[in-house]
Amino acid sequence: MAGKTLYDKLWEAHVVREEPDGSTLLYIDRHLVHEVTSPQAFEGLRLAGRKPWRGDSVLAVPDHNVPTTNRDAGIEDPVSRTQVETLESNVSGFGLKFFPMADVRQGIVHVIGPEQGATLPGMTVVCGDSHTSTHGALGALAFGIGTSEVEHVLATQCLWQKKTKAMQIRVEGELRPGVTAKDIVLAIIGRIGTAGGTGYAIEFAGSAIRSLSIEGRMSICNMSIEAGARAGMVAVDEKTIEYVRGKPQAPTGEMFERAAEYWRTLVSDPDAEFDAVVELDAAEIAPQVSWGTSPEMVAPIDGRVPDPAAESDPVRAEGMQRALEYMDLKANTPMTEIRPDKVFIGSCTNSRIEDLRAAAEVVKGRRKADNIKLAMVVPGSGLVKQQAEQEGLDRIFLDAGFEWREPGCSMCLAMNADRLEPGERCASTSNRNFEGRQGQGGRTHLVSPALAAAAAVAGHFIEPSELEG
Amino acid sequence: MQAFTVHKGIVAPLDRSNVDTDAIIPKQYLKSVKRTGFGPNAFDDWRYLDPGEPGMDHSQRQPNPDFVLNRPPYDQATILLARKNFGCGSSREHAVWALTDFGFRAVIAPSFADIFFSNSCKNGLLPVVLAEDEVQNLFEQVEANPGAQVEVNLEEMTVTAPDATVFRFTLDEDRRHRLLHGLDDIALTLQFADDIRAYEERLRQERPWMVE
Repeated sequence: MAGKTLYDKLWEAHVVREEPDGSTLLYIDRHLVHEVTSPQAFEGLRLAGRKPWRGDSVLAVPDHNVPTTNRDAGIEDPVSRTQVETLESNVSGFGLKFFPMADVRQGIVHVIGPEQGATLPGMTVVCGDSHTSTHGALGALAFGIGTSEVEHVLATQCLWQKKTKAMQIRVEGELRPGVTAKDIVLAIIGRIGTAGGTGYAIEFAGSAIRSLSIEGRMSICNMSIEAGARAGMVAVDEKTIEYVRGKPQAPTGEMFERAAEYWRTLVSDPDAEFDAVVELDAAEIAPQVSWGTSPEMVAPIDGRVPDPAAESDPVRAEGMQRALEYMDLKANTPMTEIRPDKVFIGSCTNSRIEDLRAAAEVVKGRRKADNIKLAMVVPGSGLVKQQAEQEGLDRIFLDAGFEWREPGCSMCLAMNADRLEPGERCASTSNRNFEGRQGQGGRTHLVSPALAAAAAVAGHFIEPSELEG
Repeated sequence: MQAFTVHKGIVAPLDRSNVDTDAIIPKQYLKSVKRTGFGPNAFDDWRYLDPGEPGMDHSQRQPNPDFVLNRPPYDQATILLARKNFGCGSSREHAVWALTDFGFRAVIAPSFADIFFSNSCKNGLLPVVLAEDEVQNLFEQVEANPGAQVEVNLEEMTVTAPDATVFRFTLDEDRRHRLLHGLDDIALTLQFADDIRAYEERLRQERPWMVE
């Protein structure tokens, strides 16, 4: 009999009950909650006279609607304010753990979960947010759910699930200098497509993945959903265990060692069989820039905007043509000739301390180009912001003409005041380049923090190593 | 949840792949704390020429005459036909609420994103997966004959095209059962409360650090 995959192990450890047709009642260890997808769930709970099954499994935070400037004035938009206040009244009504906007621990839900040790290896983690896959970087089974499921988890601590297929994506070899986790995941999505992982749980493996920091692994798992997979994960290694050690909600002392012993078993067995295996050569991955309106529409920085006329599948060619029109790009334009109007460094994909360090390294001693109307850095949490300020990164950005903001989702999805105006083009470290994602009529190019920083300095896309001065 | 057994209605052809949930319901409408009222803003960026904000009077907006749902008889459609990977992107259940609030009872496509598929089944909106050539066939029939009706039958798991061709689809038995009877998931799960408690007892023994 073949060995078990990491996914098998995580799944089996959480089965409460299995029906003959494979429908499984799966136990949920950690439930992360934010203001946008929870109000209707709490309302449903109240209307049915139910209470949270295990309130201590919940960690709630406002992130999507919060302003990134002038926080003392509160939330200006009354609709956004109502939503955040609704979360506050729900968590206080049910006695749930909550970091309000003024708390230094507030931030993007997928940044603060690992940062607080609220998400640990071996856990099942859910949140009414598709980027919950981020937490899989710790060797957890983490996936996004809808609001009906949020209510279900609140009421029962469980979800009905069917086991999906398992895919292994192996990235072997050594990365070229300047190639980051973000480039790896964009290259993967470019290769397998936005539906390539649909119906699968993806395990990212191989020497290039193992060589990444835990934060880099989070950037990769974060975008599993952009490849269609609800869950992405990386096996536990010593880096995982050292990352977790000392986090506020992690176990301590002997209990930590006992937990770590278990966590070390959270790897796929050498003889485990996957339903699909995809292999990439790390050395062949270049820094990536998206050119279209789907995360699979990516090109290497030294490449060109593709030509729909060269595409044989007519449905696909039409999609490409529509994307080029929306993006106001011409086929065969070199990627380095594309000139953004704004630069956004932030989001649950790329707003952790290492992301900010990578961007600051490019920006240091340089200035934002004149054609860049706004370059903004939005740290993932209050604690990331604090750390960055201790390291002087805020000064580097401010001296270069960037804005240094308060933590939140910000212009990744533009639910707060941070957004693109119609027709504006943005170099963004976020995860989605859908039409209108960053503001109606806005045009998004997904890139790594280093590339976003370089674009801000040069005024067009460029490899950081080619910047002058 | 509204049960789904058999539904016959007008099909709106939305000839796009990768229709994402940001397109189905743009982010500014997610600020609502309700489950209802999203219908007028379904596909807002495609459906109107002026930028939309919550609270606007829809009678004062400028509909995009080229968008399928603005063209009679498709404004009366109850079945949506689209290309592959429908509902990709964000987990927002508001996308499903926007479609049901508009009046849709079913979406037919060659494939769906996983979270959308799951959300859809929990709201009585039936996601029907047909083969790409079957979807192509339906596009051709509907476009040749606007307002043509299609019947979706969950009991038989069939789609009957305007020309009476019958296409078969599948849905896992558990979801089918819940949709056919409009069952409340939580009440069903709480029948197994003892199993959940027994699991938690094991958890406290085997992995005590997981339970604070």
